[in-house]
Amino acid sequence: MESIQLAAQVTPWLASGRTLFLIIHFLGITCFGYIVAMRLVPLLRAERDFRFDRPLDRLGKVLKFGLAQWKHPRYRTAGILHIFIFAGFICLVMRAFYVLIVGVSENFVMPGLSGQAGHIYNIITDYAATVVFLCMIFAIVRRLAFKPARYAVPEKFGKAHTADAVFLLALIAILMLADSLFAAARAAGPIEQGQAVELLATWSLPWMLKGLLSSSSLSTLRDFYFGAYLLHEVTFYFLLCYRPFGIQFHVETSLFNLYFAKLERGTVKPVKYGVSEEQLAQAKSIGVKTFEDFTWKHMLDFYTCADCGRCSDNCPANAVGRPLSPRFITIKARDYAFQHYPMFGKPTNHQPLIGNLYSEDEIWSCTTCGACEEECPLLVEYIDKIVDLRRGMIDDGNVPQSLQKPLKALESRGNPYGKMEKKRADWTNAKDFRQSCPVKTLDGKNHADTLYFVDSVTSYDDRIQSIGRATAKILDHVGDNFGILGAAEKDSGHEVRRFGEETLFMALRDHNVDAIKASGVKRIVTADPHTYNALKHDYTDVPPVEHISQVIAREVKSGKITFKPVENRDSVYTYHDPCYLGRHNQVYDDPRNVLDAIPGLKRVEMSRSRDRSFCCGGGGLMLFYEPKEEQRMGVKRVQMAAEAGANVIVTACPFCMVNIEDAIKVAGLEGKMTAIDLAELAEKQIVRESPVVEAKGAAGIQQESVAGR
Amino acid sequence: MEILVCARRVPDTSENEITLNSAGNDIERDELVYSINEPDNYAVEEALQIVARVGGRVTVVTVGGEEDEEILRREMAMGANHGVLITDDVFSGSDGRGIATILKGFVQKGNYDLILTGVQAEDGGAQVGGMLAAMLDYPFASLVNSIEVLEGRKLRVSREIEGGNKEMNEIDLPCVLSIQTGINEPRYVGMRGIRAVASVPVPTYGASDLAIDPSAVGEAAAKVKRVDYFLPALGKGAEMLEGSREEIIDKLVGLVAAKGGLK
Amino acid sequence: MARIFAYIAHRGGVVDDSAAELAAAARKIDAGASPTAVVTGWGTELDSVCNALRGSYAEVWKIANESLAYPNAELVRKSLVKVLPVGSVVLVAHEHFGIDLAPGLSIKMNAAFVSDVLGIEGVEDAHLKVVRQEFGGQVSAHVLCDISSGAVVTVRPGAFKPLEGAPVGGSVTDKSAEIGVLTASRRYLETVVAESGDVDITKHNVLVSIGRGIQEKDNVAIAQELADALGGALSCSRPVVDAKWLDKSRQVGSSGKTVKPKVYLACGISGAFQHLVGIKGNPFIVAINKNPKAPIFQVADVGIVDDLLEFLPELTNKIREIHNVAAKRTA
Repeated sequence: MESIQLAAQVTPWLASGRTLFLIIHFLGITCFGYIVAMRLVPLLRAERDFRFDRPLDRLGKVLKFGLAQWKHPRYRTAGILHIFIFAGFICLVMRAFYVLIVGVSENFVMPGLSGQAGHIYNIITDYAATVVFLCMIFAIVRRLAFKPARYAVPEKFGKAHTADAVFLLALIAILMLADSLFAAARAAGPIEQGQAVELLATWSLPWMLKGLLSSSSLSTLRDFYFGAYLLHEVTFYFLLCYRPFGIQFHVETSLFNLYFAKLERGTVKPVKYGVSEEQLAQAKSIGVKTFEDFTWKHMLDFYTCADCGRCSDNCPANAVGRPLSPRFITIKARDYAFQHYPMFGKPTNHQPLIGNLYSEDEIWSCTTCGACEEECPLLVEYIDKIVDLRRGMIDDGNVPQSLQKPLKALESRGNPYGKMEKKRADWTNAKDFRQSCPVKTLDGKNHADTLYFVDSVTSYDDRIQSIGRATAKILDHVGDNFGILGAAEKDSGHEVRRFGEETLFMALRDHNVDAIKASGVKRIVTADPHTYNALKHDYTDVPPVEHISQVIAREVKSGKITFKPVENRDSVYTYHDPCYLGRHNQVYDDPRNVLDAIPGLKRVEMSRSRDRSFCCGGGGLMLFYEPKEEQRMGVKRVQMAAEAGANVIVTACPFCMVNIEDAIKVAGLEGKMTAIDLAELAEKQIVRESPVVEAKGAAGIQQESVAGR
Repeated sequence: MEILVCARRVPDTSENEITLNSAGNDIERDELVYSINEPDNYAVEEALQIVARVGGRVTVVTVGGEEDEEILRREMAMGANHGVLITDDVFSGSDGRGIATILKGFVQKGNYDLILTGVQAEDGGAQVGGMLAAMLDYPFASLVNSIEVLEGRKLRVSREIEGGNKEMNEIDLPCVLSIQTGINEPRYVGMRGIRAVASVPVPTYGASDLAIDPSAVGEAAAKVKRVDYFLPALGKGAEMLEGSREEIIDKLVGLVAAKGGLK
Repeated sequence: MARIFAYIAHRGGVVDDSAAELAAAARKIDAGASPTAVVTGWGTELDSVCNALRGSYAEVWKIANESLAYPNAELVRKSLVKVLPVGSVVLVAHEHFGIDLAPGLSIKMNAAFVSDVLGIEGVEDAHLKVVRQEFGGQVSAHVLCDISSGAVVTVRPGAFKPLEGAPVGGSVTDKSAEIGVLTASRRYLETVVAESGDVDITKHNVLVSIGRGIQEKDNVAIAQELADALGGALSCSRPVVDAKWLDKSRQVGSSGKTVKPKVYLACGISGAFQHLVGIKGNPFIVAINKNPKAPIFQVADVGIVDDLLEFLPELTNKIREIHNVAAKRTA
């Protein structure tokens, strides 16, 4: 059956089609190989990163975030668009290979796709190509006409990326068009010759093109056939070789990036993989000071970023006008890599990053809230990089004066305020509290099963001390045998570590671990999510730790805690998820369950809640840093609460409390909005049986609580 | 340029509450946190910045005992090339002049172009720099808040005078300068840096090493001696307004208006 | 008892309160003493200074030399050493010139040195007993100074009240010839005047002054609002300038501006001496501070123990209320 002359047999100019396409294949693949090799060069000079453990977990991540595109729908339009495009690409993979090979081996048939299977596959790919093509058009229009805000490039970061984006989208569209044209021409041939039609999927692009071509002459069809094929080849290889020069490199690197992604939440990478803590003191330099100090995985992150802007769109520092935009941390580093590791010529490197690529304020601005990492569909990591850059600055002595004082105080007094150690437990001496709820200090004479790790802000800040007292009263109420470390407790060091002072962190940690072990406790409770995260992830070899919200939730369920109804039934409450309780440790429901267990409590959700919660401004050392910003993060958050219709913000973190109460004043909402800690609220509402009232009172309350739900 | 910074270890005023001890004859010294006198730290930072510009070395010296070594290590962790401890039993009880005499002995053993001290320490003496300069017959400038190295063994320095004005002076080397806080932004000294210098040897010098006549220093030679500490007697003081905040504001507004404070 | 001299620094021919304060301090050393003022300078400026000093001193020693036209501590020291008798007690005001001059002078005179004295309890057995402060004013101390071979004593400005009484009507003795040729290894170049910024706090009658207690930059607005409501200006102490929350031109104190308002609200200011020294003219001082033991309450006329971050906005509102009522009445 003489059908349209197969591309391989065409003899344009001098060489045969096969030869031509062989040459194109060879050039394309060699080019691509060279480019990828050049792109790998900096990774070979990078720091070590141990990412080869737990292959099954890693594979799981590839399946969940890669194949299932798990995070994409968080931005609905772009997400769905991308899912279609990705699905289309997956379908088209084998077709792409087929098309490439058929140019040199005309009778090639993909193994397993002969006959009926092949026809079905062709129909699928016809539709896939159509969908991808339409998505490209839609995406181009969206970029040019609708201009989503997160794609915008602030002036200080350079020109807009629109042209490049549209160019790439257009290229893919052309690829789809070429493929479809090729298929259409090939199918139209037999019609022309009065032969059986090769089935094309109805209303697919190839189908429509076939319709357009059906009236053409055979020679025209041959030209289209050959032209489309050539276009396809050239476009395919051009794209292949162009992708590593921009964000489209993620097509190749994303699966690797997902495989090697960080498996643990809430932790910070070690200073140097493979270097023990004792050896760190001898190291000449620690932290990231030049590009080559990044690990190979971090460099892979830079390559893999798709410039989608979701990270910066959710970054609270970016939202309040601080110099930090996570997207550009990555893009700038990627451009640096491209510039300093060129395709031809020697790498130019070892330039200090701070002061050239990044400003100091840019790096100090981060509150480590994790919103960026939560959002990124490609699991690009940020916190570890920021911490590593800070480690480098600390190593060089380059620390803002406002942070030097609390760091020095932490070193000499174990708390950032410089207050005396012996006063750390003074909060337990408050007049009324001391009689009703004496708190014992686990100093060797006293023992307990549970340690309440109070940490610095709750111990010394006179407003926050009431959270400490409320927590103690709750533990007392549920019958926990607990104590505190008192003067033996030092700051958990959570922010010290995340601000890059690893050595000071280790000193604080070692001191606390010794004190905890000496106390002999079997379990730790804290009301401070930063402490919770530190004890859970930064400290090893300590008893398991819980946050007070988890304790309350559990005891509500068990019945040990019942609540009386709220006093003011008109108040509208909203819960603000602290970053280190919510996003980093995924404790979202326990605090909400506690609130919902309070009869008559009206609760609303802010539009940014749970893993999209908006950072209050940061805790620990962040309270001492004075960033340049247009607005306070706390003020934005308080406005969000007001927008949600709430007039009481409930939070479960002492730093959130400090920032939010402050923000209420700065926002001018004093009197209209209040803030209360979950422990404070719970303690206030706990029903405390007194023998006389018990029978009647309890029943009455139970009725109410049923009605209130 | 060879720069010598004379430093002192003092109770950290921002991290301590200074109270009298129970005997009433000294401040309560248990649980005091000590660090380098803040103006001295600025002086070391300034010295480091100068040698970064023109080359040279920075030596930090202190007169005291073993416990004072820690500030030398901290400044070495900051970048100072050498730390020196001058210690001898005969030095104890020295007054400001005695300290200056001891430092003079050390300076004369070396060859320093520039000697820096902090403008004052916790006792507010503000004297050692000026005394040392006079003993050495070096020119002196106090309250220095900027230093520029000029050609021909000269410096251009500015002094902080009233009204925030700056008095610009030219001063010949070798000289002594006392440094005011705020002259620069001292770099951070991390714990890792301090640990790294933990075992660097710190040379010590005694009276005989420095050819110092013991009768010229120490308690016996001191002309100025502190007799006691006491809490300042509360003078007439302010009339403290009492009542609720609203009441206080009302009273205050009345008083201010009476004094011509309300337009 | 050794002879007591007071070195008087002056600016542009004007003598400030320190001259009379040093005379008062000299009387505390020796009640019957008649201290001699010593001044250096040049030309008509120096003459008018000598004239002014005759009111507080029985004898004024004038040292005129062109090289002393601008006070250079090294040259002044050299001239004083030539002129002052061995074993004298010399009083100098503890401010930037005194700090420059006095320590070296004590060495060259082979005299004892004690600085920043704010109380004098007399002489016993050739030992002068004085009161000083340490640790930023948190504690006081009695100090004994052996004056048997003389002493240089710097005196805290404002610590000694000028004596009441009729002008002394002293005589001026010219000692210029005794000093010989003076050379120094330090040379005065020029004075760079601080940038004045937009507000001149020295010209305002009402000042709202903030210190460390304002806690952070964003709270400065609270104080500015109060200053606006009062029709006054915002000023501050040194830590606020060091933190870069306000411009240096707003700083009141020894290294900042000297102000003479009618009303001075010290908000969150502890009352360190270097700040207070910038407040002259005995204004009505209101201190608002969370710490009831803050030294400011010693010098304030009225004290309020409260959180200034809460107190100030309420005060501002009250004052605005009063102005609104007044405006309505006149409308």
